Amino acid sequence: MRRKTVAIVGAAETTRLGVIPDVSQIQLHADAALNAMADAGLRPKDIDGVATAGETPVQIAHYLGITPTWVDGTSVGGCSFMIHVRHAAAAIEAGLAKTILITHGESGRSRVGNPSRSVPPSSLQGQFEQPYGPMGPPSLFTVPVLRYMKTYGVTEQQIAQVCVVQREWAGKNPRATFRNPITTDDVLNSRMIAWPFRLLMCCLVTDGGGALILTSADRATSFPRKPVYILGTGESAETPMVSQMEDFTSSRAFRVAGPTAFREAGIAHKDVDHLMIYDAFAHLPIYGLEDLGFLPRGEAASFIAERNTAPGGKLPLNTNGGGLSYMHSGMYGMYALQESVRQMRGIAPAQVDDAKISVCHGVGGMFAASGTIVFSNEAP
Amino acid sequence: MPEPARALPQPTPETQHFWDGTREGELRLQRCDACGKVYFPPRPFCPTCASRKVSVFKASGKATLWSYVIHHRPVPGFTPPYAIAVVQLAEGPRMMTNIVECPQTPEALVLDMPLEVGFEKQNDNITLPLFRPAKG
Repeated sequence: MRRKTVAIVGAAETTRLGVIPDVSQIQLHADAALNAMADAGLRPKDIDGVATAGETPVQIAHYLGITPTWVDGTSVGGCSFMIHVRHAAAAIEAGLAKTILITHGESGRSRVGNPSRSVPPSSLQGQFEQPYGPMGPPSLFTVPVLRYMKTYGVTEQQIAQVCVVQREWAGKNPRATFRNPITTDDVLNSRMIAWPFRLLMCCLVTDGGGALILTSADRATSFPRKPVYILGTGESAETPMVSQMEDFTSSRAFRVAGPTAFREAGIAHKDVDHLMIYDAFAHLPIYGLEDLGFLPRGEAASFIAERNTAPGGKLPLNTNGGGLSYMHSGMYGMYALQESVRQMRGIAPAQVDDAKISVCHGVGGMFAASGTIVFSNEAP
Repeated sequence: MPEPARALPQPTPETQHFWDGTREGELRLQRCDACGKVYFPPRPFCPTCASRKVSVFKASGKATLWSYVIHHRPVPGFTPPYAIAVVQLAEGPRMMTNIVECPQTPEALVLDMPLEVGFEKQNDNITLPLFRPAKG
């Protein structure tokens, strides 16, 4: 099914991003939601659908004073919000709700009102991964990469280049956490976390949030902001255990979600003006470019190192600076979506000239799940 | 004061045979009686064809080093740097483990090197399967 009937009419991040020790997690959701409602000229009584992750949609609806006819609590990690966009578009088309709010808030750094996410020892991860000494994503999400490097002859220097290029984009974004230029040597000389991954190859840990408001395309033109249309969407899931990925050089969830969204949108890769690929770690843009079909297997690292995704390059990628430099609260997908919306509205700090189609690709867990959205600023 | 211990598994009815096996010095996998697929982690049905007719068998314990990181941060029960590895078992499945009796360096830990299973007792209930460079 080709989906052309839903648009984003409200979008905002939290008032502040970074270190916010004086605001709890649910209030970060609310701050972003209030900003998005103001952006769309709406109040809580105008919202009839709520989707969120991290908190439940019940908590968010109650806290904001919303009476929903539709809720979605899909919580599959950082791409949950891409999947919420997909589900919300389907719900609006099906008439289950008219105006849907998607919220994210996470006190990832300050951990104020932030429930712990410990792994139960009886879960499969608890039995078959945790006993071997991982400590969260930096020591798990990175496990497949040596196999990728050996298979395609990719070097640590090339992976470090991903971080260098994204820092260039971050330098153009006043709200980015890290904006100073860095070199490949800076990346390789930064503190070792989980060899071959150094500190600067790992995402930030910050506080913040974001929210989106969706409605049908026929209503979208009566809102204050330029509508951003949803052309196509995709989602998938593979495994909660990174050790059980089918292929350590490629994500099955990416290979399902991405092409599904492209097919639904009816676009080709050459049509894409702007691209976001969730970068919790430096290898994610490499896997994403290949699994979404932008490049043959094994070619993405050199493509990035040759500055094709850098400012002035032919495929602007992660133009906010990404999870590596802009911000990363834990579930970064919402910030990638916000940057796609800014680019389609034409208001991004590092605006891509004449961009008409933006693809936003998210990962959840450690290659556990995926969601992809194709946006356009032109009415379909 | 005792050293803080590493995280230990809490077996479930569906995985108990695996942990009984490691306690007895065996690496036990499951094979589908219908389609022949060998799979891991444990569950009482085949994830390929959904048959409930599956058998537990003793694996060879032979493996190769598939991928890893060398972790440099402190974790209870570990002295950094140490490798968190995934091994390719001879029977087909992969599993996460640690590599023992081997320097925890990129030079010593070479992808595709042959490994063999060993067993490290944690307490009366739990023994972990760890892998070391193959001797033969």
